[in-house]
Amino acid sequence: MTDQQQLDLRKDAVEAGTTTGLASPSVDVTKERQNSLWSDAWGDLRRNPFFWIGAVLGLAFLLMALVPQVFARGADPRSCDLGNSRALPSAQHWFGFDTQGCDYLANVVYGARNSLIIGVIAVLVILLLGVVVGALAGYYGGLTDGILARIADIFYALPLILGALVLLRVGPSTDIPVINSRGPGAVAIALALFGWMTAMRLVRSQVIAVKGSDYVAAARAMGASSRRILVRHILPNAVAPVLVYATITIGVIIAAEATLTYLGVGLQRPAISWGLQIEAGQDSIRTAPHLVLFPSLILTMTVMAFVMMGDALRDALDPRQRA
Amino acid sequence: MTNLDLTKPTAELAAQGTPLLEVDDLRVEFRTRSGVVNAVNGISYSLGAGETLAILGESGSGKSVSAQAIMGILETPPAVISGGGIWFQGRNVLEMSAEDQRTIRGPGISMIFQDALSSLNPVYSVGFQIGEMFRAHRGLSKKAARAKAVELMDRVRIPAAARRVDDYPHQFSGGMRQRVMIAMAIALDPRILIADEPTTALDVTVQAQVMDLLKDLQQETGMGLILITHDLGVVNEVADNVAVMYAGEIVERGTVDDVFGRPSHPYTEGLMSSVPQVEAKGGRLRPIAGQPPNLARIPSGCPFHPRCARRRLGAEAAPGRDCATDVPPLRLVVPGREAACHYSEEVLGVRAP
Amino acid sequence: MSEPREHGATAASSLSASTPAAPSLSKPAGSGARGAMGETLLEVRGLQKHFPLTQGIVFKRTIGHVRAVDGVDLTLRRGETVGLVGESGCGKSTVSKLIVALERPTAGSILYKGKDVARMGGRALKEYRREVQIIFQDPYASLNPRMTVGDIVAEGWAVHADAAPRKGRLKRTQELLDRVGLNPDYVNRYPHQFSGGQRQRIGIARALALQPEVIVCDEPVSALDVSVQAQVVNLLEDLQDEFGLSYLFIAHDLSVVRHISDRVAVMYLGSIVEEGTDEQVYASPSHPYTQALLSSVPLHEPHLRGQKDRILLQGDVPSPADPPSGCRFRTRCWKAQDVCAQEAPALVDRGQGHPSACHFAEARMVVPVDVE
Repeated sequence: MTDQQQLDLRKDAVEAGTTTGLASPSVDVTKERQNSLWSDAWGDLRRNPFFWIGAVLGLAFLLMALVPQVFARGADPRSCDLGNSRALPSAQHWFGFDTQGCDYLANVVYGARNSLIIGVIAVLVILLLGVVVGALAGYYGGLTDGILARIADIFYALPLILGALVLLRVGPSTDIPVINSRGPGAVAIALALFGWMTAMRLVRSQVIAVKGSDYVAAARAMGASSRRILVRHILPNAVAPVLVYATITIGVIIAAEATLTYLGVGLQRPAISWGLQIEAGQDSIRTAPHLVLFPSLILTMTVMAFVMMGDALRDALDPRQRA
Repeated sequence: MTNLDLTKPTAELAAQGTPLLEVDDLRVEFRTRSGVVNAVNGISYSLGAGETLAILGESGSGKSVSAQAIMGILETPPAVISGGGIWFQGRNVLEMSAEDQRTIRGPGISMIFQDALSSLNPVYSVGFQIGEMFRAHRGLSKKAARAKAVELMDRVRIPAAARRVDDYPHQFSGGMRQRVMIAMAIALDPRILIADEPTTALDVTVQAQVMDLLKDLQQETGMGLILITHDLGVVNEVADNVAVMYAGEIVERGTVDDVFGRPSHPYTEGLMSSVPQVEAKGGRLRPIAGQPPNLARIPSGCPFHPRCARRRLGAEAAPGRDCATDVPPLRLVVPGREAACHYSEEVLGVRAP
Repeated sequence: MSEPREHGATAASSLSASTPAAPSLSKPAGSGARGAMGETLLEVRGLQKHFPLTQGIVFKRTIGHVRAVDGVDLTLRRGETVGLVGESGCGKSTVSKLIVALERPTAGSILYKGKDVARMGGRALKEYRREVQIIFQDPYASLNPRMTVGDIVAEGWAVHADAAPRKGRLKRTQELLDRVGLNPDYVNRYPHQFSGGQRQRIGIARALALQPEVIVCDEPVSALDVSVQAQVVNLLEDLQDEFGLSYLFIAHDLSVVRHISDRVAVMYLGSIVEEGTDEQVYASPSHPYTQALLSSVPLHEPHLRGQKDRILLQGDVPSPADPPSGCRFRTRCWKAQDVCAQEAPALVDRGQGHPSACHFAEARMVVPVDVE
C-alpha cells in the first residue's frame, strides 16, 4: 500500500466523521408496503386460526341475516301446515317442524336478522357512549371525571338484564318513540343503555395512560388544540382495547337479547327470534327436543364466533408484542 | 453432587494458573417466528481469579446475552445455545445436569443486573431476601440468616444496616438498591461476579460509589469480575482486560491500556473518537456512520464493513481479504492483542508481518 | 449493497438550491429578521415549581410540597447553547417543561424576548410555542406510533396554519427529513420501523419544522447508543450553525454537555449551584458539588487514569419534599460549617471568576487537563 492510499484512507475516515453521519434505514428498502401498526396487527390476525374459525362462523351468520332465503332452502318460515306439527328433522326438512307446523330451519335462519340488528345497533350505541364519555372523563380529569365516573357507577349498580328488563316492561306505557315499541330498536337501546360503562372505563383508562406520553406533551408544547390532541393523538392510541371489547360484546348482546325475549320482554310474536323459539320449544322438550336444540346451537355458535374474533383481535393488537 | 471444590480459597486456584472461567466458541441464537436472530456468534474468552474483564458493546452486540448464557438464565425458547462450551474450573457447565448447574450458579458464579428495583421482590424485606441465600444454600435458621444479612449489608456499606434490614426495596434509593443486589450476589462468596450494566441506571456520583465498592470487594475476595457495559470510561477506570463486541462477535481483545491507548480494530477506533470527553471540550466528534446491524441480517464478510471507514472491497482488497466477502478471524495482531480485522496493522500503524 | 452514503453533505447543498420554490428552510444565522446574535432570548428569574403532596383517596388534602424547582436563574442568548447538568431528581426536566409552558411556574418568571410566558394567553402563547420547541429524551415514547413520519414532522404546520402554505408541505417535509439525515422517501413510514437514532432525527425534524428560535433539548442523546449519540450531537451542532438556533441543552452526561455548550449551569436539588463558561466550570469548578460530580466521571484515556482528584460523595440526595435548611448541599459537603445551615448561599462570584452558590467557593482543578 502506497503512502497516497494511506492518505486517502485517512481522508475518508475524517470525512466519514465530519459530515453528519447517515442514518441508513433499519427497514428493508425493498419492502414497498408501508406498515402501520394496524396493518401489522392484520398480519398477526391472518395467522391466527381462531380468528378464521370465528370469521367463517361470523360470516355465515351475517349471510344468514342478509339473505335468509338461500339458507332456508326455499322454505317460507310463515307458510305452515299444522299437520307437520313438531315433526322431527328429515332429509327434506333438516331442522324438522315447530308446533305450528312451520319449517324450523327457515325459522331459525330468519331469526338471525333480528339478532344481528340488535347486536350491531347496541354495540354502536355502546361504542359511541363509551368513547365519548370515556374520552371526556379521561382527558379532562378532575371534576368532569368525577361526575362522569359516578354516573357510570350508578349504571353499573343496575345489572344489564335487570335494567333492560325494567326499561322494556315500562317502555310501552310511555310516549318515548322506539322505546315504546318493543321492536329490535327498543331492545338494542335498552341493552346499550345498561352496557356502555365497561367500554367507557376502558377508554378512560387508556386515555389517561396515553395522555401522559411524550408525544402528547410534544403536541401540547407545539400549541395543538385539545380537540386535535384528542382526535389525532389520544384516541387512535386508545381505541384498540375497546375494539376488542366491542367485538366480544356483539356476541354478549345477542345472547342477552335472546334472554330478554325468552323472558317475554324482548321481541314479541310475530317477530322471529331465537329467544322466542327456545321459549316456545321448552314445553315440548321431551317429545321434540330439536325445537330447543337448534336455535340454542346456532345462538351459541354465533356468540362464540364473536368472542373468538375478539380474542384474536386482542392478541393481534397487544402492543407488548411489538417492539 | 458435583465434585467441584468450592471451598478452596480463590487465591490458591489463581496460583495454580487455572482460569476460573473459559468460554469457548459460544453461540446463542433466538428462534423467533420471523426468523433466527444470531445474538452471539462464537465468542471465546477466559477469566482468571482477581481479574476484571470488561465486555464492551452497544445495545444488540450480544454482550448481555452471552452473560445470561453463562448464568443459565436465558429464556429457552426462544433462545438456544447452539454451540460452544462454558468451562467453570475445568468442567463444561453446559454438559452438567440441572442439579449440578444449580450448585455452580450462586456459590460459583453470580450476577447483578442493571435494574435493581425489578430484580428485587417488592413484597419481602431486603433482609429476608439477602437471608434467603443462606437459608436456601446453607440451611441457616431464620435468625442466623438475618444476622448474616445485616453483616452483608454492612459489607456493601449500607448505612445503619441493622436498622434498615427490615425495610422494603422501595424504601431504598437507586444506589442503595444496587448495593442490596450486590450483597445478595456476594452472599455465598462466588468465584465469579458478572455485573451486567451495574451502574447504567445510576447517577455518576452513585456510579463512582458502586464501582468503588465492587473494586474493594474484589480485592477482599479475589473473585473474577465480568463487567458488561457500554461506557468506555467505566471500562478504562475499572477493568484490566477488555473484549469489544460487535454484532455478536468479539472484534478486539487485550488489556485496557493497549486497546484504549491504540485501538487495532476500526470499530474500537470509531467508538473512541465518537465519545466526547470531560477533560477537554474537543473538536468535532467523529461518529461511526450508520446504525448497528440487525442481528437477524448480519452483513456478509466483516459484520462492521458497511460502517467502516477503512474497509477495502473488490480490487482494493488484498487477496482473500475483501471486507465484504471474507470473514476476518479474531487473530493475534501484536503480542497480547487480538482483533478481527483484515487490516488491523493499518489501524495500529505497524507493518504487517 | 448498503454502504454509508454521506447523506448530510448532499442534504445541505440540495436545500440551498431549493430556495425559490418553497420558502427556504435555511435562515442564515444572525440575519436581519432574526435579530442580532447574542441578543437575550430567554431570561429565567427566580423560577420555582412546587408540586403538592396529597394524602387520602376521597378527600385529598395537601400534606406538603415537593420543591422540584426552587429558585432557578438562567439566561439564553441567541445562537448559544446553555447546558444544564444535574443528576436525576434535581429538577432539570421540570425546568424544561416550565420553559416550554407544559407546566405553570409556582413563582418566578420566564421572560421570552422581554415578555412573561406565564402571562401570555391565546395568540401570544401560540406564537411562543412556535418559536420555542422541545426535543425529548425517549425517541420511542415521543413519536405517535399511529402517525406516519410525514404527518409527525408536518404537524406543526397543521397547528400553525400560517407557518407554511398547504401546497408544498410534502416537499418541505422531505427536505427536512433529508436535512436531518433520513431518506426523504420514508415519509409514509411509521416510527416503529426506525431505530432509536433515526427516531431522534424525526423528533429533531419535527422541532425544526416551525423554524424555531429556541430548542429545549431534554436529554436528547442519553437513550442512544454511543456510536449514534455522536451523530445526533453533530447534527444538532450543524443545525445550530445553519439556522442560528439557540439550545437549552439538558443532560446528566457531563462530557456531552461540555462538548456542546457555550455556558454550563450545574443543578442540585432544585437550584443552580454553579454557572459559567464550559472552561470555567470544568477546568476550575468552585462549588463542592460540581467538584464531586466532575470527579465521578470516569475518564476515557488510560494515561489519565488515577490522575484526577478522588472525591466520593457520601449518602444520597435529600428528598426535595424536605430539603435541608440553608445550603442544600451541606448534608453531603466536606466543607460545611454552621453558616451553611443558617444561610442559603447566593449564586455570586466570590473571587473565583464565575458565580457559585457556596459560602466557601474556591476553584480547584479536579479533572486533569488532557495535554494531547
